[in-house]
Amino acid sequence: MKILVCISHVPDTTSKINFTNGDTQFDTNGVQFVINPNDEFGLTRAMWFKEKQGATVHVANVGGPETEPTLRKALAIGADEAIRVNTAATDGYSVAKQLANVIQEGGYDLVIAGRESIDYNGGMVPGMVAKLLGANFVNTCISLEIDGSNATAIREIDGGKETLKTSLPLVIGGQKGLVEESDLRIPNMRGIMQARSKPLHVKEPISANAETLVTEFEKPAPRGAVKLASDVDELVQLLHNEAKVI
Amino acid sequence: MSVLVYTESEGGTFKKIAQEAVSYAKGIADQLGSTVTAIAINSNHGADLGTYGASKVLELSNDSLNKFNAEAYAQAIATAAKEEGAQVVVLSSSANSKFLAPLLAIELEAGYVANVTKLPISTNPFTVKHSVFTNKAFATSEIKTPIKIIGLAKNAYGVKENPVPASVSAFSPALSSNGMEVVSVDKATDKVTIADAEIVVSGGRGLKGPENWGMIEDLASVLGAATACSKPVSDMGWRPHSEHVGQTGKPVASNLYIAIGISGAIQHLAGINSSKVKVVINNDPEAPFFKAADYGIVGDAFEVVPQFIEKLKEFKSQNA
Ligand SMILES: Cc1cc2nc3c(=O)[nH]c(=O)nc-3n(C[C@H](O)[C@H](O)[C@H](O)COP(=O)(O)OP(=O)(O)OC[C@H]3O[C@@H](n4cnc5c(N)ncnc54)[C@H](O)[C@@H]3O)c2cc1C
Ligand SMILES: Nc1ncnc2c1ncn2[C@@H]1O[C@H](COP(=O)(O)O)[C@@H](O)[C@H]1O
Repeated sequence: MKILVCISHVPDTTSKINFTNGDTQFDTNGVQFVINPNDEFGLTRAMWFKEKQGATVHVANVGGPETEPTLRKALAIGADEAIRVNTAATDGYSVAKQLANVIQEGGYDLVIAGRESIDYNGGMVPGMVAKLLGANFVNTCISLEIDGSNATAIREIDGGKETLKTSLPLVIGGQKGLVEESDLRIPNMRGIMQARSKPLHVKEPISANAETLVTEFEKPAPRGAVKLASDVDELVQLLHNEAKVI
Repeated sequence: MSVLVYTESEGGTFKKIAQEAVSYAKGIADQLGSTVTAIAINSNHGADLGTYGASKVLELSNDSLNKFNAEAYAQAIATAAKEEGAQVVVLSSSANSKFLAPLLAIELEAGYVANVTKLPISTNPFTVKHSVFTNKAFATSEIKTPIKIIGLAKNAYGVKENPVPASVSAFSPALSSNGMEVVSVDKATDKVTIADAEIVVSGGRGLKGPENWGMIEDLASVLGAATACSKPVSDMGWRPHSEHVGQTGKPVASNLYIAIGISGAIQHLAGINSSKVKVVINNDPEAPFFKAADYGIVGDAFEVVPQFIEKLKEFKSQNA
């Protein structure tokens, strides 16, 4: 089985979000970038398929050279090869087109992406990739088993979960549950050393136009100070009369 | 030319997010000088949607769609969009809508923007505001394709009544089968879910252990609220993972979010930013949550919460 894990390169969850260039660009100054958390769960599940079922695991990112340390980290965790499509990620659709091309050329059976990236929160790349390829697709996937070309997946739905049977080729939008937090791996020295000599292919992009374009960013308006209630009587009154939520 | 809206139902009854999506679609239709067509799958209450501004309702009844199937649902919506000549398709932010949206976008060659928080800023060019960086910021995006798909953020627009006469017609698009089969659905039907809830009561590590969740559940039940928790609480197995809210958990967009014994870490706050009113109960006045909340009580949860429950019961009986 050949697996591709799609990795988006996102600001660490503690990052302060600021914009530059007249609020048209994300300010990367002092920001630490990491593997998108949803993708890290997927990558770790892919490692399980590698170790238990002999799968080959590649990772791919659509982005500029600045994303290479993130791909190297994925190699240090245990992926066999990395691919970087050398173009800025503009919108979900154009990223999906690039990834679909990588997947077609590489002949992958299983594509593991994340439910959403924590930067633009589009939640659209995996579904678009699946549809472009005519592959099956499971979103918000919290459990995945593969047996030959059959797959059993569990997905999270509002208020519960749903078990699905499907088959390869398959694309999933994964999240926590695919593996647990405690299963996540911190690259060790040996992994880091090995990652240096693993292939990181830089691939030139195909032509793919963006369908949407961010024109401006904005930070939420600063909020007023908290109103402290001295007791629950006052709190209930405030929630009823002022906030009008009860 | 019309604005098409997909309206979700449960057991045939439209969900609140469906009413909100129709209200929003009506807002866009007014901007465009157009009308709203709703598509409803396995619900025969279509006429109800006239209340929120749908002048036409396509009712699709098909037993094979009783269980959700993203590909088939996307196919049905795409067919409706083509037949109606829709310029804009409005979806909610439910798990199912987020599942089918990217499939629909490819099918219709339509640009899709998720988590949209307002009516379009302009319709030519077509620009919308949406939340990004897990609600830590907003972006304005232009959608450049002839058909536009909007994923409406929950509770961002609200349900607005705008009654028009609704004509209801049966709709039976051709649907091809696909390689997905739902084997089982496991869903608590008696509990309010975080996704649907108007009020969410959430507990953190300050509650010391799972045995203390009785008062959280009692508080939730008086308020008709869903229960939630911080990440460490679900990591330690005190509560199920499905209750974990935050940047790496579920987003909460309720009218009221009550945080009890939660410190207010940036990753937690990221998930609840789009809740309207936030209340914090914490015994440490320095807890960062007080900077992000609208109302608060500095106090011991084990004293405050039982009093709060009693007071609310009293309040409910007086206002019943
Ligand atoms: C990559 C990453 C992702 C993360 N994602 C999330 C996420 O999605 N969601 C999330 O929640 N966290 C997330 N976290 C964890 C986050 O950083 C915090 O550690 C976590 O939110 C803290 O949970 P807590 O507030 O319940 O516990 P604590 O920080 O331990 O706070 C407990 C609070 O309870 C108060 N307290 C104690 N006793 C009482 C009492 N008797 N009465 C009233 N108050 C009391 C204390 O004053 C304190 O403020 C993430 C962390 C990382 C690194
Ligand atoms: N630039 C990118 N390169 C590789 N994979 C990506 C990229 N952007 C998004 N993805 C994948 O698609 C998932 C969902 O991203 P999004 O649609 O941007 O929310 C991510 O979790 C990744 O797995």
